[in-house]
Amino acid sequence: MAGDYSRTLSGSFHGKGPSILQRLNVDMPLFLLLVGISILGLFVLYSASGQDWGMVQKQFLNYVVGFTAMIFIAQLHPKWLASWAPWLYGAGVIALVLVLLIGVGAKGAQRWLSLGFMRFQPAEIVKLAVPMMVAWYLSHKILPPKFKHIAMVMLIIFVPVLLVLKQPDLGTSILVAASGLIILFFAGLGWRWIFSAMLVLCAVAPLMWYGVMHDYQKQRVLTFLDPESDPLGSGWNIIQSKTAIGSGGLSGKGWTGGTQSQLEFLPERHTDFIIAVYCEEFGFVGVVLLLLLYASIIMRALYISSQSSDVFGRLLAGGLTITFFIYVFVNIGMVSGVLPVVGVPLPLISYGGTSVVALLSTFGVIMSVYMHKH
Amino acid sequence: MSFSITDAKEERALFKRRAIIAAVFMLVMFGALVTRMVYLQVLKYDEFITKSENNRVRLQPIAPARGLIFDRNGVLLAENLPAHSLVLIPERVPDLEATLNYLTDLVGVTPREREVFMKEATQWHRPFEPITLKQNLDEEQIARIAVNSFFLQGVDVEAELVRHYPYGQYLSHLLGYVGQISEKEQDNIDPINYKATKRIGKIGLERYYERMLHGEVGYQKAETNARGKVIRTLDRQLPVPGQNITLYLDIELQKLAMDAFNGRRGALVALDTETGGILAMVSSPSFDPNPFVTGISLDEYSSLRDSLDVPLFNRASRGQYPPGSTLKPFVALSFLENKVVDPNRVIYDHGWYQLENDERIYRDWKREGHGPVNFHQAIVQSCDTYFYEMSFKTGVDRIEPMLEQFGFGQDLSVDIWDALPALLPNKDWKKATRGLGWFPGDTLNFGIGQGFMLATPLQLATATAVLANRGKWHRPRAVEYVGSTLVEDETPHDPLILSSPEYWERVVSAMHDVISGPHGTARAISHDLKYSMAGKTGTAQVVGIRQNAKYDSKALAERNRDHALFIAFAPTDEPKIAVAVIVENGESAGATAAPIARKVIDAYLESLTKQELLNGR
Repeated sequence: MAGDYSRTLSGSFHGKGPSILQRLNVDMPLFLLLVGISILGLFVLYSASGQDWGMVQKQFLNYVVGFTAMIFIAQLHPKWLASWAPWLYGAGVIALVLVLLIGVGAKGAQRWLSLGFMRFQPAEIVKLAVPMMVAWYLSHKILPPKFKHIAMVMLIIFVPVLLVLKQPDLGTSILVAASGLIILFFAGLGWRWIFSAMLVLCAVAPLMWYGVMHDYQKQRVLTFLDPESDPLGSGWNIIQSKTAIGSGGLSGKGWTGGTQSQLEFLPERHTDFIIAVYCEEFGFVGVVLLLLLYASIIMRALYISSQSSDVFGRLLAGGLTITFFIYVFVNIGMVSGVLPVVGVPLPLISYGGTSVVALLSTFGVIMSVYMHKH
Repeated sequence: MSFSITDAKEERALFKRRAIIAAVFMLVMFGALVTRMVYLQVLKYDEFITKSENNRVRLQPIAPARGLIFDRNGVLLAENLPAHSLVLIPERVPDLEATLNYLTDLVGVTPREREVFMKEATQWHRPFEPITLKQNLDEEQIARIAVNSFFLQGVDVEAELVRHYPYGQYLSHLLGYVGQISEKEQDNIDPINYKATKRIGKIGLERYYERMLHGEVGYQKAETNARGKVIRTLDRQLPVPGQNITLYLDIELQKLAMDAFNGRRGALVALDTETGGILAMVSSPSFDPNPFVTGISLDEYSSLRDSLDVPLFNRASRGQYPPGSTLKPFVALSFLENKVVDPNRVIYDHGWYQLENDERIYRDWKREGHGPVNFHQAIVQSCDTYFYEMSFKTGVDRIEPMLEQFGFGQDLSVDIWDALPALLPNKDWKKATRGLGWFPGDTLNFGIGQGFMLATPLQLATATAVLANRGKWHRPRAVEYVGSTLVEDETPHDPLILSSPEYWERVVSAMHDVISGPHGTARAISHDLKYSMAGKTGTAQVVGIRQNAKYDSKALAERNRDHALFIAFAPTDEPKIAVAVIVENGESAGATAAPIARKVIDAYLESLTKQELLNGR
């Protein structure tokens, strides 16, 4: 029944017969939404980079690579992906161990692994490997999962999480943990478990503060709670970004007209804080439109995930969708001052090749799951 | 098989339920973000738009150029020279320690400069405000910084106008100097008007006329980026420069007078008798005021402060000396005015005087006595015995009011900020301060300018000018014009009117003979005199205006000698200039103090003649 509906839907888009994109296993609405947000991203970046045409060209190439990766991954059958899951997961964990042993980094954190010709962050691998591994593991079990299966999943999640935390990278470790736990949620984890976990989390939070968190991490939280306490130091970013957003008002100062961003009061304006540039220049109306665009992408992705008959694909696609949501929410939340500052870019708009290619690849996975649903 | 299909269906339904829950949760969270945006962009819009405008637009104050100071002939005495200083914006310097070390090698920052800079940088200061590290960069240093600017983030060279006194030590006491605004001064100035001003008048005329010299601050509204760089100027209000001031002083006369001291300790004040304007005011030795402007080093300052000759001390306005015999003409007028003496009566001086019922002998400076002296001769020869007797007859209650009318015991200067009233004693004063009655002997000492009486060179010159003008008063002052406006004395002093104008002439004629008479105490300076001069010598026993603890027998012996004083005015009948000179430990007034006065009067009268010739008369 769902299949019929979807056929009607795509039929109505493309008239008779399957289009090239359909033959390429690409979901048309999702594709159009992603292209739309990418084009918007280029416009915002042009302004946020201080009219740096070269940066826009590089980002355009990032999108080209990203969409190519997306279409390529969409061709792969979910079964293939599932069979890779343990290998990717294993490789990710080993890489994380290597980071702690021979990694390179800066400012007291060891996050990079050098391969001679390139450097990469193994944490980026486990962001994808953990949900894949959890989905793969649960797809072989009867759902909802039993206690021993839940325990196993916890092990799968928290080994890499602890390794990332050790780097130390609190933000990423929380995101990795979340990406795994969400799969568990979609697999039908009992509400009792969910609520007890939340209670435990509340109890553990103070312990984290005194035991696990580093001074600079505590500083971030303190600054988040009271940015005015250090207006020129760590509070500067958040004060300036709130000022940029607030001064945008209802309709904004106009494209490339944001004084906060153009006069460089705004830090990291083309990467993590790019949403502040957007808010300043396009105002509240622009923000609502952008959130609608993100919501549409998320809802569409969630919808197509639910259409899959393959357990692994369904769980993975659902989990990746929520992860995408978390990125959007955490980024906008931190820039607008409702969450502490953690290094999360705004999906598909912030400048950066890794982020763009990784996210579009994610959507490749989701499309693959959808197009190979039978 | 059918079991597993049901299972699969069940699992799918479970996923759908969870997906719906997740969707609702996400939409709620997006709703929260929208709420946050409503709060920031709609409810708090006014606050943030103001904040962003304040960020963007910086109101930069522009310091006004300080008014210039000229002498009576238009010679520039205080000017503003462009100077370059090395400034750092600590917020923009990535590694302060390394940058300071680099600059030390590059342009030779002294430890002292570094210390001062660090003090300022670590105290509270306006964020992103440049802080001075080194002043007065030369061309080479500026070039070195420019070449290395790539390594010097947050380092800048700033151009500003710095006060400069081309005549240096010749005018330091009168002009004073400007210096860094201190914390205490900060509380007393208009914070808006001084927003861009770094220095303020510390002493002298620079201090007294600070308000006129300073001017009014200007503003520049500029759009700046986060690093404080001006992108474009939006609006500008130019500062109003300070007013120029013109002095009565003649710099050539001042130089001549100062050089005449030849490094000796002492002071000179020369007044224009027609206006009370200060033609020259010397306190010797002096100091160069220029290092004080940019910040004098501690070593340099302590050597000035601790010098036995106290060069920082303004002897002309603050040095309090017993006037000695230079007081006699004024005391003599009290004899005449109170009709105590018959000017023609002759007394015989044996060299000493004694009061009835008092064993103490009051000696004349001339041991063997002056023999027969009348009023005229008493002044010409400075006969103490005559003054002992007449002072006793007149009494302190009649001498003191006369001296008060000449300005003794009061600060009657118009614009000399640090002038002291010195001391004019009377019975009440002695009772109040010493708890003792006034003894007849006190009157005798008073009558010859010794004892309790103290006067500053400025007061002596003023009194001499009043005498020269036969009672007409002009309060002494340095500044003639502020801008192009003649400065009027707002509280002029009443003229001193004697019961007979003839009294003036008696005293003046005696003072004339002090110089030109065969027995005059200053007859040594009378040769080749082309005009008539009236004067009076004096010696004052050293009570030590400042005895230092350091014992140096040779220096101390020299410093125990009497002070030599001399007052004079000329020409006698149409006076133009009145002068008071003191040479500390100069001993003989006629030999040390009087020649200096003559040089100054000669030069001034000659310059007046030249002026008249130039004006075609």
